[in-house]
Amino acid sequence: MSGDTVQNDWRPSATLETLRQRAELLHRIREFFSSRGVLEVETPILSMAATSDPSLESFSLLSPNRYLHTSPELAMKRLLAAGSGPIYQLCKVFRRDESGRHHNPEFTLLEWYRPGWSYRELMAEVEALIHALSSTPLPPIQRLSYREALLTHAGVDPFSCTTESLLQRLERGGINLHQPRSYTLRQLLDLVMAELVETQLTHAPPLFIYDYPAEQAALAKIKPDAPHLAERFELFIQGVELANGFSELVDGAEQEQRFRTELQQREEAGLSRPPIDRRFLAALHHGMEACAGVALGVDRLLMLLLGKERIAEVISFDFERA
Amino acid sequence: MATYSTSEFKRGMKIMIDGNPCNIVENEFVKPGKGQAFSRVKIRNLINGRVVEKTFKSNESVEAADVVESEMQYLYTDGEQWHFMDPATYEQIAADKNAVGEEYKWLRDQDNCTITLWNGAAISVTPPNHVTLRVTETEPGVRGDTAQGATKPCFLETGAEILVPLFVNIDDMIKVDTRTGSYISRVRD
Repeated sequence: MSGDTVQNDWRPSATLETLRQRAELLHRIREFFSSRGVLEVETPILSMAATSDPSLESFSLLSPNRYLHTSPELAMKRLLAAGSGPIYQLCKVFRRDESGRHHNPEFTLLEWYRPGWSYRELMAEVEALIHALSSTPLPPIQRLSYREALLTHAGVDPFSCTTESLLQRLERGGINLHQPRSYTLRQLLDLVMAELVETQLTHAPPLFIYDYPAEQAALAKIKPDAPHLAERFELFIQGVELANGFSELVDGAEQEQRFRTELQQREEAGLSRPPIDRRFLAALHHGMEACAGVALGVDRLLMLLLGKERIAEVISFDFERA
Repeated sequence: MATYSTSEFKRGMKIMIDGNPCNIVENEFVKPGKGQAFSRVKIRNLINGRVVEKTFKSNESVEAADVVESEMQYLYTDGEQWHFMDPATYEQIAADKNAVGEEYKWLRDQDNCTITLWNGAAISVTPPNHVTLRVTETEPGVRGDTAQGATKPCFLETGAEILVPLFVNIDDMIKVDTRTGSYISRVRD
């Protein structure tokens, strides 16, 4: 589609048949949640605060000073703290500089929360949803811990490796880094995941990877009996990362500390320091029931269901023709 | 010095890698769920033509390579260098053996070639896809023999050796595909 000429780029990047299937998918997602008593909600797309995650960049507006959300997570948690009960949202989210075969800077996320649940119960519901949406029967989704996944697919133990051993492993895997000495351990583990694990999963059955290192917790709760692990999972189908979920961190003080750490990391990396969401922190301090939540990429799900190669093929107009 | 950030990478962009000008052949954005983003890039070294894969962290930047491609007319060779002229400005430029490589076999006076210039110096020469050259040496032609696939070696005026059908004779003009070095047709002048 990138081969289209300028004269032709008014046309959609998806076929009309795909767009009909997209509408059908959205309809069936809503049916799934409605039948389970989960409330559909909408939260602001333009926010006064932005994510402090060093691996995400927000689009921003100058006047008034607002940020396009990279995920509806914090606003949805404010609803949970206000007593909403189980909620879901289908919305566009925006992430700068993320363009590629599986990425469009503007994409559709399905995010939902289950008060009183843990990440394990939520994994079962993600599996039920995937099975409900797939027109062909899928095999059961396998489960591997993060450590098992790296050991099995890359021969790397994430809890005893060093930057040196990871650099050697990547070199053996034919990964040629532009500036190898500039990588942190965390970045090398991310690279092992992307280049050595995900590439192995392309022809493997669907897989949940769970129990990520605490350093990769994002907004997940730390495992009470194993403080080096976070109660976080991701779903991979055909090597494509489709969903990311947690037992949510509901401790306001710890959350505030994580924001500070992330802002510090952003500063060290020369990135901007956006305002953090103090209303979200206030909601946590007010008190929020333990819950589990997950975000699932709807465009990627549609790609996989229809066997499409590029995310542009399931979006009416991709970023290049938006 | 101009630099490009990984978010600007696209096919055809010319960048400096390990001191060599390179061309981005393919660029793939890779990102694990909640972590560092990367660009997996296939690059062609414009000096030796080798293609390698390199992984960049997002927001790493690389120096831009001052590489331009220019259409020029081939004039002559003095044995050491091959001389070309810009038909618009009449400016002349010489390319050495490293730049011309094996392509000397397809260079005929006055043909338009694409010259790749790095910091003003020629680093590669791409002849037209099709050139017409005179046969200087081959076994005598076999009249009427058009048996499919039957070929014989022949030498062309530039020194190139290619396979041609049996009916081709010395002094015939033939059209050759320079990308594959294969015979296309006989040309009557």
